[in-house]
Amino acid sequence: MITITHYLVLSAILFTVGVIGVLIRRNAIIIFMCIELMLNAVNLSFVACAHYLNSMQGQLFVFFTMTVAAAEAAVGLAIIVAVFRNKETINIDDINIMKW
Amino acid sequence: MLNLVALILLFPLIGTVINGLAGKRLRKETVGYLACGAIGLSFLVSFMVFIGLLQLPPGERLFEKHLFRWIESGSFISAAALQVDPLSVVMILVITGVGFLIHIYSIGYMHHDKGYHRYFCYLNLFVFSMLLLVLSNNFLLMFIGWEAVGLCSYLLIGFWFEKKSASDAAKKAFVVNRVGDFGFALGIMLIFLTFHSIDFTEVFSAVSHGNFEKGSFTVTMITLLLFIGATGKSAQIPLYTWLPDAMEGPTPVSALIHAATMVTAGVYMIARCNALYLLSPFTMTVVASIGVITALFAATIGLVQNDIKRVLAYSTISQLGYMFLACGVGAFTAGVFHLMTHAFFKALLFLASGSVIHALSGEQDIRKMGGLKPHIPVTYKTFLIGTVAIAGIPPFAGFFSKDEILLEALVRGNFIYWSLGAFAALLTAFYMFRLLFMTFHGECRVDHHAMEHLHESPKNMTLPLVALAGLSFVGGFFGIPGANALEHFLAPVLGGHGHTEVSGTVSAGHHGAWLPYLMMVISTAIALVGIFLAYQMYIKKPELSKKLAERFRLIHKLLLNKYYIDEIYDAIFINPTKKISTQVLWKVIDVRMIDGSVNGIARLVGRIGSVLRHLQTGYIRNYAFYIVVGCILIIVLAVFGR
Repeated sequence: MITITHYLVLSAILFTVGVIGVLIRRNAIIIFMCIELMLNAVNLSFVACAHYLNSMQGQLFVFFTMTVAAAEAAVGLAIIVAVFRNKETINIDDINIMKW
Repeated sequence: MLNLVALILLFPLIGTVINGLAGKRLRKETVGYLACGAIGLSFLVSFMVFIGLLQLPPGERLFEKHLFRWIESGSFISAAALQVDPLSVVMILVITGVGFLIHIYSIGYMHHDKGYHRYFCYLNLFVFSMLLLVLSNNFLLMFIGWEAVGLCSYLLIGFWFEKKSASDAAKKAFVVNRVGDFGFALGIMLIFLTFHSIDFTEVFSAVSHGNFEKGSFTVTMITLLLFIGATGKSAQIPLYTWLPDAMEGPTPVSALIHAATMVTAGVYMIARCNALYLLSPFTMTVVASIGVITALFAATIGLVQNDIKRVLAYSTISQLGYMFLACGVGAFTAGVFHLMTHAFFKALLFLASGSVIHALSGEQDIRKMGGLKPHIPVTYKTFLIGTVAIAGIPPFAGFFSKDEILLEALVRGNFIYWSLGAFAALLTAFYMFRLLFMTFHGECRVDHHAMEHLHESPKNMTLPLVALAGLSFVGGFFGIPGANALEHFLAPVLGGHGHTEVSGTVSAGHHGAWLPYLMMVISTAIALVGIFLAYQMYIKKPELSKKLAERFRLIHKLLLNKYYIDEIYDAIFINPTKKISTQVLWKVIDVRMIDGSVNGIARLVGRIGSVLRHLQTGYIRNYAFYIVVGCILIIVLAVFGR
C-alpha cells in the first residue's frame, strides 16, 4: 500500500535534489532545470495531499504552478540566451559583475 | 462697556499686522494715520472701559473677560483672559494716552526715515505687548506680554541697526532683560508649585485667606524672584545698565520705553502682587533699599552726563527707584501715582529733547547747545514745565507724587529712606535744571552749520508736547492730598489687604496733621535749593562748575564714567562668559564633542559598511545559499521554536 507518507518523502527527496542542484551546479541551464524539479516536487505533494484530503484545491494549485513554471521557463530561457549572446558563456561563475 | 476690553488689544494688533505686511506698499500718510488711529481708538475704548468701571460700586470693580482656553495640561490651566480692575485701567489709560501722543509726535519726527512703516509696525506692537502685560489675568499671559515688550524694545532700540552702537545697545537691552526674565519665569513656576494656580485672583485670594504666615520662606523666594524680573524690566540696580544705552533708538522710542511702557512693567507687577509682597517683610526691605539706592545712584551719575538723552535716562532710573521705594514701604498707591505722573512729564521731556535734537539736526551734546530759548519757544516752554514737574515744584505733577513717596517713606519706612530719597530729590532738581540751563540759556555754543537749520518743530510734534505739558501740570491733582481720587479709585486693588491705612493723609493722624504740610514745605525747599545751585553754577558763574570738577577730579571722573559699572560687568561677567564660550563651549564641546560625535557616527557606519559589502559577491550561488539557510532557519524556528 502506497500511503501519503511515501508521496511526501519522494517529494522531499526531489525538492532537496533540486536545491542542491541549484547550489552546486555552474551551468545556468542545469540550474534552471533544478528549479523546475523543485517546482514539480511541490506539485507532487500538492496532488498527494489533495487526494488524501479529498479536496480539489490542491489540484487546482498545481495548474497554477504549471502555468507559472511555463511562463518562468519562457522568460528564464530568453534571459539565458541574451546573456550567452553578450558573454559567450552560460557558466554562472563568470557572470558576477553585480557586486561591490 | 466692559465687554469691549478685548478691542483695546485688537486695534494695535491690527495696526501692527497691516503695517508689517503691507506698510511698504502704503503711502507714508496712510501708515502714520493707521498707526495713530489704532492707538487712538484703543485709548477711546480704554476710556469707555474706565467709565464702565466707574459705574460699578467700588467693591465690585473687577471684571474678567475670558477670550479662549489656551493651555490645559493636567492640573495646569491657563486661559487667555483679560482682567479689568482699577489698577489695570489706570495703566491702560496711561499707556494708550501717552502712547497716542508719542505716535502723533513720531509722524513728524520720523518723517524722513526710510524705515517709516517698520517703525510704526514695531511701535504698535510695543503698545500691544504692554497692554497685554497689564490686562492679563494670570501670570503666564503677563509673562507673554513681558517678553514681547522685551522683544519690541530690542527691535526699536536697534531700529537704526546699520549703526554698530545701536545694534550693540539693542543686544545689551535684550540680554540684560533676559537675566531678569529668567528670575521672573522661575518665580511663576514657584507660584504654580505653591498655589497650584497662576490666576491672579486665585493666588491672591489664597494669600489673603491666610494660608501663609508672614515671612514664610516660599513667599519670600517667590517675591524675590519676581523682583529680579522687575529689576531687569524697570532698570534697577543691578540690571539697570541697558537703559542708558537704549538711547540709541529714535527719541520717541525712548519716550515710549521710559514713560508709558516697558520700565513701568516692574512697578506694575509689584503693585499687582502687593498681596504677596506684603507677606514678606524681607523682600519689602530689599525692594525699598534697592529703590532708594538706585534713586540716589542714578541721580549722581545724571549730574555730570553731557548727552541730553542720557541725563534723562538716568533721571528715569532715579525716578523708577522712587517708585520701588514707595512699593517697598507698602505705599503701592504712591508708587502707581508716581508712575502715572512720571509717564506724563518724562514723555514730555523726552519728546521735547527730541524736538531740540531735531532742531539742531541731530546734535545731542549739551555742551554744544545753549541759548536756544528764543529759537524754539514752544519746545522751551514745554521742556521747562517738564523740568519743573520732575524737580518737584508745586503744583506740578511730580511734586505731589514725589512728596507722597517721601512722606510714606518717612511714615512707614524710616529716616534713612527719607533722607536718601530727599537727597536724591535735591540732585534731581539740580541736574534737571543744569540740563535746562545748558540747553536753553546762557551763551549759544551751537556750531554755525546747525545754526542755519535751526527751526521750531512742525505742528504735529509741538501739539503732543503741549498736551503732555498740560497733563504734567494737572496730573498731580488726581492724587492731591486730602481728596486723593486716585487713591480711592485704586484702594480695592492696592489697599484692601489687611492694611489699616494707606493714605498719607490718614496715616498722618498718628503723627499729627502738620506732618504732611511740613513735608511739602521741606520737599519744595529741597527742590528750590537744587534749582538755586544749578542757577548759580550754570547761569551766574559758568566757570564754577569747571572749578568744582577740577577740585574733585576723582569723583568727577568716577561719575562721568558711571562708576565704571559697565567696565566692571565686562570684567566679571561678559569677558569670562566670552572666554568660556570660545575656549570651552566652542572649541571643546562643540568642535570636539558634538561635531566629533556626529562625524564619528558617520565614520563608524562607513567602516561597518566597507566590511559588510564583501557579502555582496556577485555569485548567484552564494545568494541562493543564503536564501536556503534562511528558509531552513525559519522552518527550524517554526517547528521547534514554540
